[in-house]
Amino acid sequence: MSGIGLRKLRFSWQYLVWGVLLVLMVGGAMVQSVRAQQPTPSDDEVNAIAKTMYCPVCENVPLDVCPTQACAQWRELIRQKLAEGWTEQQIKDYFVAQYGDRVLGEPPRRGLHWLVYVLPPLSFLAGVLILVNVFRNMRRAKPVIASPDSKVKASSSWDDPYAQQLEEELRRRERGE
Amino acid sequence: MVAEIGFGALIVAFVVSIYGILAGLYGARRHAEPWLESGRRAMLLTWPLITLSVVCLVALLVGGHYEVQYVYNVSSRFMPLYLRITALWGGQAGSLVFWSWLMAAFAAAATLRKWDRDREFLPWVIVVTLVTLAFFLGLVIFVENPFVRFWQMPDGRQAVAMFAPRGATPLVPMDGRGLNPLLRHPGMILHPPMLYLGFVSFVIPYAFGVAALVTGRTDDRWIRITRRWTLVAWLFLSLGLILGSRWAYDVLGWGGYWGWDPVEIAAFMPWLSGTAFLHSVMIQEKRGLFKRWNMILIILTYALVIFGTFLTRSGVLSSVHAFAQSAIGPLFFGFIAFTFIGSMGLLLYRWNDLRSEGVMTSLLSREALFLLNNLLFMGILVVCFWGVIYPLISEIFTGQKVTVGPSYYERSTAPLFAALLLLMGIAPLSAWGHSTLKTLGRALWKPLIASIVVVIGLWVGGIRAWSALLAFWLVALVSLVTLYEYYRAVVARHRRTGENYLRALWNLAGRNRRRYGGYIIHLGVVLMALGIIGIELFQTETQGTVQPGGSLRLGDYTMLFQRLDVFDTQDGRNVARAVVSVFKNDRYVGELHPRRDFFYDSQQTMTIPGVRSTMEDDFYVILVDWQSSAQGITFKIYHNPLVNWLWVGGLVFILGTLVAAWPDREAESPRARAAQTLAVQGA
Amino acid sequence: MSTDSQPNTGSRSLSPVIIAISFVVLIGFLYLIGQGLRRAYAGPITIGQKVPAFELTTFEGEVIHTADWQGKVIVVNFWASWCKPCEQEAVDLERAWQRYHLGGEVLFLGVNYVDTEPEARAFVAKFGLTYPNGPDLRTKISQMFRIQGVPETYIIDRSGRLAFVKKGPTTLNEISGVVDRLLAQTP
Repeated sequence: MSGIGLRKLRFSWQYLVWGVLLVLMVGGAMVQSVRAQQPTPSDDEVNAIAKTMYCPVCENVPLDVCPTQACAQWRELIRQKLAEGWTEQQIKDYFVAQYGDRVLGEPPRRGLHWLVYVLPPLSFLAGVLILVNVFRNMRRAKPVIASPDSKVKASSSWDDPYAQQLEEELRRRERGE
Repeated sequence: MVAEIGFGALIVAFVVSIYGILAGLYGARRHAEPWLESGRRAMLLTWPLITLSVVCLVALLVGGHYEVQYVYNVSSRFMPLYLRITALWGGQAGSLVFWSWLMAAFAAAATLRKWDRDREFLPWVIVVTLVTLAFFLGLVIFVENPFVRFWQMPDGRQAVAMFAPRGATPLVPMDGRGLNPLLRHPGMILHPPMLYLGFVSFVIPYAFGVAALVTGRTDDRWIRITRRWTLVAWLFLSLGLILGSRWAYDVLGWGGYWGWDPVEIAAFMPWLSGTAFLHSVMIQEKRGLFKRWNMILIILTYALVIFGTFLTRSGVLSSVHAFAQSAIGPLFFGFIAFTFIGSMGLLLYRWNDLRSEGVMTSLLSREALFLLNNLLFMGILVVCFWGVIYPLISEIFTGQKVTVGPSYYERSTAPLFAALLLLMGIAPLSAWGHSTLKTLGRALWKPLIASIVVVIGLWVGGIRAWSALLAFWLVALVSLVTLYEYYRAVVARHRRTGENYLRALWNLAGRNRRRYGGYIIHLGVVLMALGIIGIELFQTETQGTVQPGGSLRLGDYTMLFQRLDVFDTQDGRNVARAVVSVFKNDRYVGELHPRRDFFYDSQQTMTIPGVRSTMEDDFYVILVDWQSSAQGITFKIYHNPLVNWLWVGGLVFILGTLVAAWPDREAESPRARAAQTLAVQGA
Repeated sequence: MSTDSQPNTGSRSLSPVIIAISFVVLIGFLYLIGQGLRRAYAGPITIGQKVPAFELTTFEGEVIHTADWQGKVIVVNFWASWCKPCEQEAVDLERAWQRYHLGGEVLFLGVNYVDTEPEARAFVAKFGLTYPNGPDLRTKISQMFRIQGVPETYIIDRSGRLAFVKKGPTTLNEISGVVDRLLAQTP
């Protein structure tokens, strides 16, 4: 137990030294941002926003899990903006203005991008219409040509045991593999 | 020398394929049996030839011949033997050879079937299969040759060529660059081969479909012949997808199994159309309906297979696992255009011959419900296709790239998947031909009530989210219906034959493998759905920075950070490995080791999570950062309820497919006979 | 997708209109994918190609239009604070700028690719960069040049054509060699 405690102590000392060094190094330009970070937003708050964003450096990997340094910087930026009291929407708008639409997890809903959202439902609708049409045609066709044809088919495959056996035999041979 | 042999074998295989195509065409035109037989043997011969080439490439990889560019690019001294072998498919050129090899294996297997009864298909099956094979071999030989070597030119420059340029001396690097670390995981041994197997084996049903179109044999012969091929193709594709998700879950370190990445979708699309095909062919077999639709589906599936390969290899979409950009994109594109337009043209030519023979009599009949199932699969396919393609279109028209991410896919496909589950619950109970609300209701009411009881139980148990309740209801319904179907059949059989229940079950499944295998697949899907619901609807996560001795809480779990070790390994990695203890409800349950591997040779890092996995939930810890923060070490933890059911379901799913695809005993003898005759003829 | 139109059964034959529409849609899709492929394969702007005019908003808020610098030589450098090799070349770039900027015939532009402002400013301060540097707003400039990574350096000659491309860190000698040659040319 004490070993861990000691190690912990040593660790925190090291980190303290490093921390101080880091602060000194970054210096002047960073002063405002350091001050602004007083009420630090938690990682979870940052990730909640980062989850739906994408950085061009690692395509198709959400920002919250992307391991590159560029993405780590982006997450810090989100944290900073959150600390300054920005809303999620404001932050996203800022990122879009800086880096383009591709930072968003989905194309913004305007102009050509509406196609993304409209085309799949429309084609599904077209599919439904075609299906309805097929059903209707078939049902209309039923009294005209259907009955004998389907009856033969049905009886051959289901009712007559001999025919069924024959069919099975045939199929087995045909299956071939 | 080995490289020359490998390359030579490829060239001979290419020439043999071209010859086979010509012999097949000529034989079909003149009805010249000897030419056909010759073409058939040419198809059979491609496999040993490409095998030789593969053996050569593996020998180069294992022997560490870094003067070969491919070997240099994908292997290194550090790599153990199994990785050197699997490096065969770790790069563009090698994986194309591997693809061709598997393709040739299937082509050879197809030549060995008994052809007497459907000889007229033979030339066209040869032509279609060999055209595909020749295309891939051509790519390997002319564009992506894995056997090219480094040469030192007399003027001091370096060159890459197959044969020594004038005056050049061989250049042998000391070591290779090593395999992409992401591909070094043991999961990667199986995932790509399974996927490729799934891809290539869809070529056979497609070839038979085209053969049926060309010859005008519009009955369901081609479907009966290829049924098992299709199932096998589908089995491998499913296996590839499941293994891929598992690999992503274990290795990629983002807490999930499926990221709707374009490359994943590229493999998913042929699966979707293939699944639709598997269902709709049954309509044609049983009822003689929708012949055209089946043709469209198999053409589409083949086109999507090639398209998927194109997407991953051309660099047209950049993605995590896409191969580097190369010159093969335009060639692939031309091939897709050629085959797709060609087959659609052929289909139109035969359009009027492919009339439905029967009619549909009831909206609740099984064929009607299967058609609905097809509509849903096509709906999901459109969503996927459009999502993958749209960034390209946006870039063309607006000059700006966009991301189409998981939220789009999840939102668009979730209702379709839910509807599919519902259908899965109803369709097995409806009969072919005619089914009425009354007959269906009679079969359905018991499982329906039981499933509602389950949902009420969950509600009482504290689950309030309507989406979760709906999802669980669907899962309960499908599993109850499926089990009830089994139960009814077993009881009936028991009564009739007096067999005990287990025996009855066994015989039942044996008698109608396709049906009962299909039900097992459905059960597998339901279990997988359980896992997916768990992770999609109930996943929680948190991230925090802690000192050694510090802890993070998530739900019932507490994670205590013990220490971090940073060390170098024998195989050229720098590993940062954290040791954390996990407590559930303050009870110690185990130790986890999330880590970050840095690969010196490729300068890449890999995040490997520490996972405590139970049937109830997974506790998934990622080491996010241990260098930059002054406050300590940053961890991200996920709580993934039920996710293990996804893998269990996957196993059940595969088992079901095996049951459905298992060859009948009678079917084996002709194959053995054919093999024998062939051996005799060859000798 | 085009193939939606097919599960049509019954005994009618297919109307030519539907056939035509399916094929138009199909070929349209293939055309689009082909275009995308061409784009993906086009690679960066090639040497000798006319570089379209663009504008850079510097960190100080000044907007620089390259169109105002017609007839001059323009050096465009893409960099990011998270990129190690960029640090290597930063000093050389600044020294090159010191050599030319008094002449007024050469413009240096530092385009900051996918970066965050505080880190980018720190980078500029750390290496004492005095030539105009600014973020690549909406990644428009990098998409126009179709860069593949950072650092990359592009030099545009007096007639507005691309004269030089360097992927990876550049050096003072390399830049001055090219710039001197370009300055000697008459527009």
